[in-house]
Amino acid sequence: MKYQPVIGLEVHVQLLTDTKIFCGCSTKFGSEPNSQTCPVCLGLPGALPVLNKKVVEFAIKAGLSTNCSITPRSIFARKNYFYPDLPKGYQISQFEDPICQWGWLDIKVDDGETKRIRITRIHMEEDAGKLVHGELSGRDDGSGVDLNRACTPLLEVVSEPDLRSSDEAVSYLKQLHQIVTWLGICDGNMEEGSFRCDANVSVMPVGSSTFGTRAEIKNVNSFKFVKQAIEYEIQRQIDLIEDGGTVVQETRLFDPNSGTTRSMRSKEEAHDYRYFPDPDLVPLVISDQWVERSRRELPELPEQRQQRFMNELGLPLYDAEVLTASRALADYFEAGVAAGGNAKTVGNWIMGEITRALNDTGTPIESCPVSPGQLAELLQLIDNSTISGKIAKTVFDEMWKSGKAPQTIVEDQGLVQVSDSGAIESIINGIMAANAGQVEDYRGGKEKVFGFFVGQVMKASKGKANPAVVNELLLNKLKG
Amino acid sequence: MNIFDMTIHALHAALKGKRVSSVEATTAMLERISSVEPQVGSFITVTPEQALAAAAAADQRIARGDCDLLTGIPLAIKDIFLTEGVRTTCGSRILDNFIPPYSATSWEMLRGCGAVLLGKLNQDEFAMGSSNESSAYGTTRNPWNTDYIPGGSSGGSAAAVAASEAVATLGTDTGGSIRQPASHCGCVGLKPTYGRVSRYGVIAYASSLDQVGPLTRDVADCATMLGAIAGHDHKDSTSVDTPVPDYSSSLTHGVKGLKIGLPKEYFISGLDADVQVAMDAAIETYRRLGAEFVDVSLPHTDYAVATYYLIATAEASSNLARYDGVRFGHRAEAEGLLEMYTKSRSEGFGVEVKRRIMLGTYALSSGYYDAYYVKAQKVRTLIMNDFTTAFADVDVMLTPVAPTAAFKIGEKVNDPLQMYLSDIFTIPVNLAGTCAMSLPAGFSAAGLPIGLQLIGKPFGEETILQAGYAFEQATEWHTRKATI
Amino acid sequence: MKISVADVEHAASLARLELTSEEKELFAGQIGAILDYVEKLKELDTEGIVPTSHAVPMENAFREDIVQPSIGVARSLANAPEREGSFFAVPKVIE
Repeated sequence: MKYQPVIGLEVHVQLLTDTKIFCGCSTKFGSEPNSQTCPVCLGLPGALPVLNKKVVEFAIKAGLSTNCSITPRSIFARKNYFYPDLPKGYQISQFEDPICQWGWLDIKVDDGETKRIRITRIHMEEDAGKLVHGELSGRDDGSGVDLNRACTPLLEVVSEPDLRSSDEAVSYLKQLHQIVTWLGICDGNMEEGSFRCDANVSVMPVGSSTFGTRAEIKNVNSFKFVKQAIEYEIQRQIDLIEDGGTVVQETRLFDPNSGTTRSMRSKEEAHDYRYFPDPDLVPLVISDQWVERSRRELPELPEQRQQRFMNELGLPLYDAEVLTASRALADYFEAGVAAGGNAKTVGNWIMGEITRALNDTGTPIESCPVSPGQLAELLQLIDNSTISGKIAKTVFDEMWKSGKAPQTIVEDQGLVQVSDSGAIESIINGIMAANAGQVEDYRGGKEKVFGFFVGQVMKASKGKANPAVVNELLLNKLKG
Repeated sequence: MNIFDMTIHALHAALKGKRVSSVEATTAMLERISSVEPQVGSFITVTPEQALAAAAAADQRIARGDCDLLTGIPLAIKDIFLTEGVRTTCGSRILDNFIPPYSATSWEMLRGCGAVLLGKLNQDEFAMGSSNESSAYGTTRNPWNTDYIPGGSSGGSAAAVAASEAVATLGTDTGGSIRQPASHCGCVGLKPTYGRVSRYGVIAYASSLDQVGPLTRDVADCATMLGAIAGHDHKDSTSVDTPVPDYSSSLTHGVKGLKIGLPKEYFISGLDADVQVAMDAAIETYRRLGAEFVDVSLPHTDYAVATYYLIATAEASSNLARYDGVRFGHRAEAEGLLEMYTKSRSEGFGVEVKRRIMLGTYALSSGYYDAYYVKAQKVRTLIMNDFTTAFADVDVMLTPVAPTAAFKIGEKVNDPLQMYLSDIFTIPVNLAGTCAMSLPAGFSAAGLPIGLQLIGKPFGEETILQAGYAFEQATEWHTRKATI
Repeated sequence: MKISVADVEHAASLARLELTSEEKELFAGQIGAILDYVEKLKELDTEGIVPTSHAVPMENAFREDIVQPSIGVARSLANAPEREGSFFAVPKVIE
């Protein structure tokens, strides 16, 4: 039998606020355990939560960028369960009436077509602390609790089960990742858990309209692992059914080392979270004016920008896509064009030399040592024949290293292109005299040696001879 | 007059006139506490050193000419208020060793005025009770007759005022926990409108119902205390940002033309005869003072106790989840995490707390949420609407605080439902979120105080204080002292 | 409403309480009696009634995203029943 996988994703997006969602403690990563805590995030008796307004603003931005409706009156609820990393014995989250509902993203699928993936809801909640096992001095029988992360703001983005393959899941996830980082509401760091994903996976016979029982896979913290985990889980479920078994609804943990998933709990009773509205917090009322203000403040989103790069700057689709991979990259490109660079050439340089240098040095585009203005100046020097394209690469390397302006480098190192035909002619004369045999060969019809002569002339001029002038003069001279 | 019998206003005049120092007043209070505590048991923790240090600081402040009404006044507060560096138990064994790293906003405000903290007062465990019998630190006794309960849950707060162990106190009121003990101990107790006083740093029982308020010897003191603690607190999302009136300056406005409602559901056949007599006398007094009476109806009164016990216990079951032995409080010896949780909580909580956690957990659990919790929230709406409708016709309402005077220790301890039903006249006010005050209005045949409840409109504290003051001026119930 | 000992045990396990068999019996009876009493709410037609979570209408209480000082590791851990370095220490999870 053939099976159809059905996948829905729940993505946790850690928000880039300075403080926690319900208290003023810093959200800085990597500090001494429990150094960023206060009565509120420690869950001390008597402490009360107060909502960070920026979290709401970020949530609205995320909602508007994923085509959601913003709920005019949303509330916070308590999700009750005991765990040492959950100080109050409940997590403040949203249950009924989340802040954003009924959105969608259009993802690209194999054949260049797009497919609409519905987003059920986006809600705000607090993160739990961290439980550290087996790293405590002098004890191997317990765990340490660090509450620095407790109360850090999260958005949970829940999709409908509209995804039908691991590739679609990755495509959706990448697009969502691009949007939240583009908006500047999340650093997108998957390794540190700033963007993490749980996948609900089930399979059903092809042609069926009834979904199979789903398993929820947790702890998938890279795009590669998402693909691996989903594929493993699909195959596991198919094998199970083929062998006459049944899939049970459960939570499974992905193990990146083995690429497999395993059941997280068996004996533990079914959860009963006893959600109810948190009486310590008041309803969140978002007016139409607030929504419109947020909409106006939204940056141009990746897709809109791609369209503009194609329509206004004449870029091909591929270039437009690559150059909008991140907002910083797109900004760099546009700054280069604004500084006078030709769009196609600036794009090529960014996709070529700059990307290579960034990758080689592990530098993010935000700290690129060559500014967009300097790149445009460099391209100008090629355009007005001051230097050749080849020399430009040398100049670029020097700009990267020293941060100097291209004009300065060209002048300091005497790299100005030689276009004076008299000077080039005397070089050619010398070379022809020294290589009489090759001259004979050429004249005898062996035109391939033309390249040899070009190379010799460029070498003798240290690359500075204008290639067009060299070609023209050589051709005339060799013909005799 | 003994220093320890003075009101805030009398002691303030003495302090300001340099006839007595705060250190002298505080010493007198501490001596009084030592002498009557064995019989009353109002305190869980007495803090003599801190009190005397604070009194000395207050004396310096007064010497500089900076003498607020509360500067140098020795107060005590319910052990539900967090006090930085001073043990805070909430009447529970689970917090026996808890020393808070911060203080409740309401106490901070009193401290800022220069008030002196004598100690922390006994209460029902986690404010769950109507008799103070659920405290892990012994039952506080009624200073008027020590065989009787002082009421609860702020029983220590009421008994300390009645036994002259503090000039005034703070309590909290979730379903009557200020008004009922004030009534039983013959003092003035006010539950402000929800949101009027910050709940920050007050250990939560039922967050949508809890409210902080004063217990005092008379209405003028009550107005002073309320004025000192009321106001918006940015640390409490449910505190309200409306201006705080000068409660003291309008006290003498009188009740001429005031429309007082008598809700018929509160004057029922089961009402104790002594209570009925006291109510009739109070109505007569107000009539004489020029108030008009209007019959009103609060038709859903009979559903209030059921509504309250579902909402309060549901919220409590969640509020008390943080007592897990991980970060503070009692931790039991145990094998593994699960056992650490269950043993710590089972050893730490008393039976009434467990009962309410169980009921609340049940009411919120899967399959019952709509039938119990949501239903109760809807009935709460009906109860609120009752008050809105009644207040369209009247300025305040007058009712008994409790159906009877204080009952004997042990009398209702084995019948929780009967205990819950004794709060029938106070609970609706918390559900409606409005304000109400208890003030002395008579005595039972057994010589126990009977209280009168004045219910005000939301943020109508000024009006009930005026009405209470007028009554007090016309009667002398508040001048009687327990002879302990 | 009849509350069984099993119902009591389920609620106790959700609430992380360990009850003696006497307590279970006692609570089954008392909670049953209280639930019988609250049955009276069913007499009321609440169709279309909006549930109240706060009696005083309130909305939108915010704080700005500005860092406030934390209380420090020492004070955070001061009441810890058991600590290990800068961590709260807890026993391990036994499956």
